[in-house]
Amino acid sequence: MKYADEFRDPALAKKVLARIDETLARMPMPEGRPLHVMEVCGGHTHSIFRYGLQKLVPDSIEFVHGPGCPVCVLPMGRVDDCVTLAEHPGVIFTTFGDAMRVPGSRGSLLDAKARGADVRMVYSPLDALELARGNPDREVVFFALGFETTMPSTALTLLQAADEGIGNFSMLCQHITIIPTLKALLSDPHCLIDGFIGPGHVSMVIGNAGYRFIPERHGKPFVVAGFEPLDLLQSLWMVLAQLAGGRAAVENQYARVVPEDGNPAALRAIAEVYEDRESCDWRGLGAIDRSGVRIRAAYADLDAERRFGLVPADVADPEICQCGEVVRGRLKPFQCRAFGRECTPATPLGALMVSSEGACAAYHQYGATDGATDRGASDRSATDRGAPARG
Amino acid sequence: MRDLIDGIFLAAFGNAGIAALEDQARLPLADFGGGGLAFTTDSFVIDPVFFPGGDIGRLAVCGTVNDLVVGGARPVALSCSVILEEGLPLADLRRIAASMAAAAAEAGCRIVTGDTKVVPRGAADRIFVNTAGIGSIPQGRELAATRIRPGDALIVNSTLGLHGAAVMAARGDLGLATALESDCRPLGALVEALLDAAPGTHAIRDATRGGVATVLNEFADAAGVCCRIDEDRLPLTEAVRGLSEILGLDPLYLANEGLFVAAVPEPEAEAALAVLRPLPGGAAACRIGTVTGAPAGRVVMTSFFGGERLVDMLEGDQLPRIC
Repeated sequence: MKYADEFRDPALAKKVLARIDETLARMPMPEGRPLHVMEVCGGHTHSIFRYGLQKLVPDSIEFVHGPGCPVCVLPMGRVDDCVTLAEHPGVIFTTFGDAMRVPGSRGSLLDAKARGADVRMVYSPLDALELARGNPDREVVFFALGFETTMPSTALTLLQAADEGIGNFSMLCQHITIIPTLKALLSDPHCLIDGFIGPGHVSMVIGNAGYRFIPERHGKPFVVAGFEPLDLLQSLWMVLAQLAGGRAAVENQYARVVPEDGNPAALRAIAEVYEDRESCDWRGLGAIDRSGVRIRAAYADLDAERRFGLVPADVADPEICQCGEVVRGRLKPFQCRAFGRECTPATPLGALMVSSEGACAAYHQYGATDGATDRGASDRSATDRGAPARG
Repeated sequence: MRDLIDGIFLAAFGNAGIAALEDQARLPLADFGGGGLAFTTDSFVIDPVFFPGGDIGRLAVCGTVNDLVVGGARPVALSCSVILEEGLPLADLRRIAASMAAAAAEAGCRIVTGDTKVVPRGAADRIFVNTAGIGSIPQGRELAATRIRPGDALIVNSTLGLHGAAVMAARGDLGLATALESDCRPLGALVEALLDAAPGTHAIRDATRGGVATVLNEFADAAGVCCRIDEDRLPLTEAVRGLSEILGLDPLYLANEGLFVAAVPEPEAEAALAVLRPLPGGAAACRIGTVTGAPAGRVVMTSFFGGERLVDMLEGDQLPRIC
């Protein structure tokens, strides 16, 4: 397949892995633990598991799976808000597919659908707008979920709805922003992350300048990366090269997609439609200041929260869940007390077990293949969890 | 109702068994060999009803026929029960009945009994079809997943995911123009050829819903073995790869309607592939992996990149990823 196979060439991978070995040999290593490199984005977590990259890199490097999967950090209360709207008479509730299985305190959107709510999966916010045009006697609500990656398309859809004067369309906004969350992670004195593989799709929209505080204030390398296995290996090598050279900078491995200054047209649409929320809840991480946006008052009619007088639900994560520890990189998924027992892909408690980008679902699905060759497996038997990879 | 039955189903399925219009079809015992009977049933609901490469009628015949043939049976007779939503155009029903008759002829069996119900609008989605099938198993054939042994070659007859991808694209909500066609076909000729060339074959299953990954997991589970496959051997068309990339889906879990996975003893594997390849639906036949002892009950894939990963059972349907 053109433009994909080129970035999956095993022969080139060997060369990059040789460079990684060579760089590791001449750099200082942390004492008593492997080097921690956090891939921020859920798409990267998915690729790391799909291609078995953790097993390809030396044991002295450990990928820490970051908070950059919007479905995984979706708080239970917000799922309840979705269910409330979906069960509102006359509403067609539309959402991206992987948000449908995330559990709230009253079940997931799939459960609401089974109870009779009209919940539909769409591939684009424009499909939801089309549904509104085709069903003028129904209220169509789109669940606008995601980081800056999906913000431009939802903003432009909302502007189009306003332009056309479509009166039965609105959006429930759950857009969140990655930089305040990275700041919160790094301000934690227990943070043991040595370098970052930065999100490619988010950066395509916002550009790279916003990450500069990471090398400048915290002295950590930050390399914006693509999603193919060679992208990730090359980015890892770029992080190591910075550490070996005793420097820290924002670098862009994904220059074929990410412009230094982002996408000005997309940023204009975002600024037109959205403004910062004072605070936003993240599953497992709690409230983080200015880490999300809401729809501006000028578009109040198109804001489902205002339109339906929604009182946002505030629901604590289940007590047994340790999603927060996993998202912060303090626990590996299989070290969570609920992993593979109370929490499985069939009965997920936390969203990390729901999305194919979630670290827990990835461990469960793509987990270790045998104890002798995989650290994950040996760790697992050490915690006496039995064989959790089959629920 | 009588018009519906006579005008559409009898006209399409016309044979001595069904034309008698008794309350049951009567089949001579001579139609069945001495090895035993195979009996199966399946219900079919699909959106859209007509899709590139097939329709619900063809699907309902092939699905049941294939459940018989992968057990080594030769299909003899099928039943066909339909539940129709009031308002379904008769032209659609005629087209579906003709397609069932054609598929049954292709599979070498007859539709000998049936039933029709019409329910009010909204109580069904256009048309639901149930087919049951019986077949004869020739003496000496004993295909079963529990017979799979370490050392067996794992082979498939076709490229993965054609049906699942074609139906997804045909739903139209993706806005993608593709040339994807379902692989919906009866597998009898392919299975017979395989069993001729590789009589020691241990097990065959058609990889419908849940895809090849699900069948391999069932194999591993039933026989207490490990199915090891190589990602770079999986036969995939560019169109299925492309759609999977765009939607973040894994073709290993996409549905097929003309694909089986067989566990064949190593010494017979090459002969099996050689007879499959010249046949319709067998051109892409290839070996995708090998059965080993450990880890028991697991499916392990070596990625083309050299890494290894587990291929687990899927929970629910695959959901497209957000970004």
